[in-house]
Parts: sequence; C-alpha cells; structure tokens
Amino acid sequence: MNRSTEQVLPQSADDSTPPAGEVRPAARSRVRIGRLRIIVSLAVVAFYVVAAVVGPMLLAFDPVATDLGSRLKPPGFVLPDGHTAIFGTDQVGQDVLAQMLQGARVSITVGVATLVLAGVIGVAAGVAAGYFGGWLDMVLMRLADIQLTFPSILLAIFIASILGPSVVNVVIVLSISNWVTFARVTRSQVLGLKSRDFVDATRTLGARTWHLVTRSILPSVTAPILVVATVELGHVILAEASLSFLGLGTPASTPSWGLTIANGRDYLSNAWWISTIPGIGLAVLVISFGVLGDALRDRFDPRLRSM
Amino acid sequence: MTAYFIRRALFAVFVLWGAVTIVFLVLRLVPGDPAQLILGSDATQAEIAQLREQMGLNRPLAVQYGIYLGDVVRFDFGDSYRYHSDAMGLVTEKFPLTLQLAVVAMVIGLVLGVALGVLGALRVNRLADRIVSVFALLSQSMPSFWIGIMFILVFARQLHVLASGGHGGFDRLILPGVTLALPLVAVLIRLTRSGLLDVVHENYIQTARAKGLSERLVISQHAIRNALIPIVTVAGLEFGKLLGGAVIVETVFSWPGVGRLLIDSISARDYNVVQAAILLIAGGFVLINLVVDVLYGYLDPRIRLGR
Repeated sequence: MNRSTEQVLPQSADDSTPPAGEVRPAARSRVRIGRLRIIVSLAVVAFYVVAAVVGPMLLAFDPVATDLGSRLKPPGFVLPDGHTAIFGTDQVGQDVLAQMLQGARVSITVGVATLVLAGVIGVAAGVAAGYFGGWLDMVLMRLADIQLTFPSILLAIFIASILGPSVVNVVIVLSISNWVTFARVTRSQVLGLKSRDFVDATRTLGARTWHLVTRSILPSVTAPILVVATVELGHVILAEASLSFLGLGTPASTPSWGLTIANGRDYLSNAWWISTIPGIGLAVLVISFGVLGDALRDRFDPRLRSM
Repeated sequence: MTAYFIRRALFAVFVLWGAVTIVFLVLRLVPGDPAQLILGSDATQAEIAQLREQMGLNRPLAVQYGIYLGDVVRFDFGDSYRYHSDAMGLVTEKFPLTLQLAVVAMVIGLVLGVALGVLGALRVNRLADRIVSVFALLSQSMPSFWIGIMFILVFARQLHVLASGGHGGFDRLILPGVTLALPLVAVLIRLTRSGLLDVVHENYIQTARAKGLSERLVISQHAIRNALIPIVTVAGLEFGKLLGGAVIVETVFSWPGVGRLLIDSISARDYNVVQAAILLIAGGFVLINLVVDVLYGYLDPRIRLGR
C-alpha cells in the first residue's frame, strides 16, 4: 500500500506527445528507438531483396533436377558437384538454400505486385468514394463491409481453387482480398482533405476535378498509403505462403516458401531442416515488415493505429 | 434497443446475401467452364454438355441466379460428387469438430492473452512487458502452418508427448488449439495492455485509490472490468477469424473438420461441397458478428445510441 501508484501503473510512454519546441529526454530516446527500429528492419528487408535478386544467379535452382543419391542430406553436406548444401537437401536431392533464394524471389515479387494492384484499385475506389460521395460511396463501402465480414483467407482459398495455381492468379486473388484496406484508408483521408482551405482555393481558381484529385488530394494521401502498404506487405507474403502451403498458390515448378515447407512435412522424422529453415526465413521477413510498418506509422501517422 | 437489433439483423442478412452472390459470381464469371472445371481436363465433350444441361448453365445468368438463391434458401447445394450424398449434410456433420477446435483456441487465447496483457500493463516498459510484447509480435508474424509443423516436430516426433494429429481425446486438441490461438493471443495482449493503460487515468480509478483500496483490488475490481468491454467485441470478431484459420490448422494436424473437408473437396473438384463449406463458415462468421454487435450494444449504451 505504501508503494506509489506511479510505480505500479506508470503512465504509458507511448501516448504522451512532447510539447512543440522542446524535446524531453524520454521523447528523444523514443525517437532514437523508433529510428533504430526503422534502420534494423530496413536492413533485414534489404538483405532479403538482395538475396532474392542476386542469390539465384550465384546458386542456380533447377525445379526439375533430381539427384536421388544426395536426397535428405543434413545441413552442411557436401554435394557431388563440390558445393556445400548449407541448409541441407530435400526429398529429391535439391539444395534447400537454392530453393529458398528462388522462393524469396517469388514471395517478394508476389507481395509487391499484389500491393501495386490492390493499391491502385483501393486508392481509386477510396478517392471515388471519398471525393464524390453519394451512391458511389454507398455501393463501394457496402461492398467493403461485405468483404470484411468474410474471413479473407476463405475468400482467397475459394477464388484460388477456381483459378488454379499460378503466380499471376495468386496476385489476383490476394489483390481481391486486400484492396479494402487501401480503399478505407484513402477514403477517410480524402474526406478530411476535401474541405481543407488549399483544396478549396485550388477549386476557386478554376481547377477541374481531375487536377484537384491528382495534384491536391493524391499527394497528401501518399504517406499514409505507404505506411499501410508496408504493414500489408508482411500480411500478403504470409497469405501467399499459406495458399502455397495448401497447394493453391504457386505451382510446383515455381517453388515458394510455403510449398517447400509443405513438402518437408512428410519428412519431419528424418529431415527436420526442410520445413524448419524456410519457415524461419519466412518468419524473419514477415516480422521485419511488421516492425517496419509499426515504426513508420508511429513516426509519420500515429492516427493510423486503428486501421 | 429493438431498432438497433433490427438494423444489425438486416445488415447481417444483407452481408449473407452478398457472400452468396460473390460465391455465385466467382463460379460463373471466372474464365473457363464450370462443367469443365468439375469434370477435369479428360472429360469428353458429351459429358461436359450433359453436365452443363444438368447444372442449368445454358440458361440466362439472371435465371441461374434466381434458381441458385432459391436453392440456397432451402440449404440445397446439390450432392457431393465424391460421396453421392447431400453436400450441406456432409459439411454440417463436420462442423461440430471445427467448432470444438475454435472454442478450445478461444479459451486458450482469452486466458493467455488477457493474463499476459495485464502483466504487460502492470510492468509497463520493464523487462516482463518487453518480453510479452516480443511474444505478441512473434505470435502474430509467424505463419500458423509452420508453427503447427514445428509443434509436431518438437512435441510429437522428438519428445513423443503429444499426438501429431487426428481426432480423439483432449491431448489431441492441445497442439492444434494452441496453434490456432496464437494470432488471437497477440491481438488480445495488445488490446488488454493498451485498454488497461487507458483506463488507469480515469477519475474513478483515482477515487478507488483515494478511498484506500489496495492496488490489487483497484486493478481486479475496477480497471479490468472496463478494459474488458473492447475485449468482448474483439474476441467475438476473432472467433469468426478462428473459423477461417481453422482451414489451415486442420490441414496441418489432419483434424477432420470442415476446413479439411474443404481442402480435400477442392483437390477432388467437388464444388458443391466447396460452396456449402464456404457458405457455412461465412454464415457462422456473420451470425457471430451479429451476436457480438447486439451484446456490445447491450454492454455499452453509447454504441446503440450513437448511430
């Protein structure tokens, strides 16, 4: 009872904002931690991107090659052609590291392509709904509501099962399940911007709708959209891996992490590395995007926290 | 309250109609012939023509839609091609098993999530809080199918303490239950922690302290109760997501529920069962959302009067 209440439940450091003009020591250290989070997670992401671009050139992966003599070999095994399989080999004698590098290419390509497609659709829908309002807003937002009350992985599984496994189809499926987030964020931003003085001023000067949207509104919504895109990128990569794991994502000829992890399931007793190592690789990338997204949001737009 | 309930119920019906329509449109409008899709690539022209006739695919889209809606209202999704029995019957037969898994995951999620969230709030920005936050980040970012495989690897293959899959006693529920619960644990940790930290600054907490209550009583009798309101809503919404996530977890652990049936039916091109399974899960999701909405309106009068 004689403990001070501040000790038991101190104020949350996260929700106090420093007054303008002076930066308190706690705030400064928080900014430093925020910057550190951004730098570290960006470095990890950059490492993956470099590995995805350069890796397959250094360590070629041939999806149809099989080498039964060196199947299910543990990490560190020296293959007949002289190079060391650092992460072991899989059930047909393929180097797991080579597969992961190729898989990084697939995952990152699918992730970025999905965000571009979902982003374009979502931002267009969000601007249309927010700027023009009326029945268009009504229809688009009810559509978004319907989709949000439908588990997104279920919709993705359903559409993917009908389109069949291919890289392009995965991008389409995941874009369909992700446009809503972009549409909602854009709409709420546009609603706030529409009546701001600088937009009114531009309109008074005789600017047409197209000019207003592309020159006044869109530049102001870019930052929040980029923050949302970073957070979503991790989710999209995770969803792609889940679909591929279920056999509904990328085809067997384009190995992605989900597919490699699924293949390793049957060899857990004698070759733990096939599932374990690509899973760690996937988790580290997704965590980095999560941390990066959170840090960017805290830094640039804390109001997006609720999205 | 009645008006509020009617509004939410109408919205639920509207969402269900939307889900049914999306399923209809995806099956009919996707490039390719549904009859061809069902029969596979080695079907003869005559077989395809016969199935097209049988499915009514030669009639105008609007007529097909009308017939489809009528069938859905009567829960008639046709027969399973594999089992030659009622598709919806097959799905409802498996549903209790999925529900069982989701309920276990919900209990694990609530206990673990709220307990760790309270711990994080009581020790805010100290070591325990940091560990809890990292745990939340990990549970949220690691792919659930991979976590499931790792659990099997460690607890079933290495330690031999728990079964790797299948349906049976309570011990077979632990691994899939925990796997399914982890993303929920992450959400509840964050929500409980921030909810509790918000409530602590309210006047009634100061009053409780001023009248000399012990810190334990202040937290357990006053603070947690109010922090619980958003937890109820979010837990309800997350229960629907558990039904979707169960598809993946059931596949990993060979749990014979709706999710497993869905994935098996997809690979067997048994589309009547696929439709029935998707719509049953979506229906469950919508129903739970409705219950939560009503419950929330009951718990917090501000909500039902607000709109």
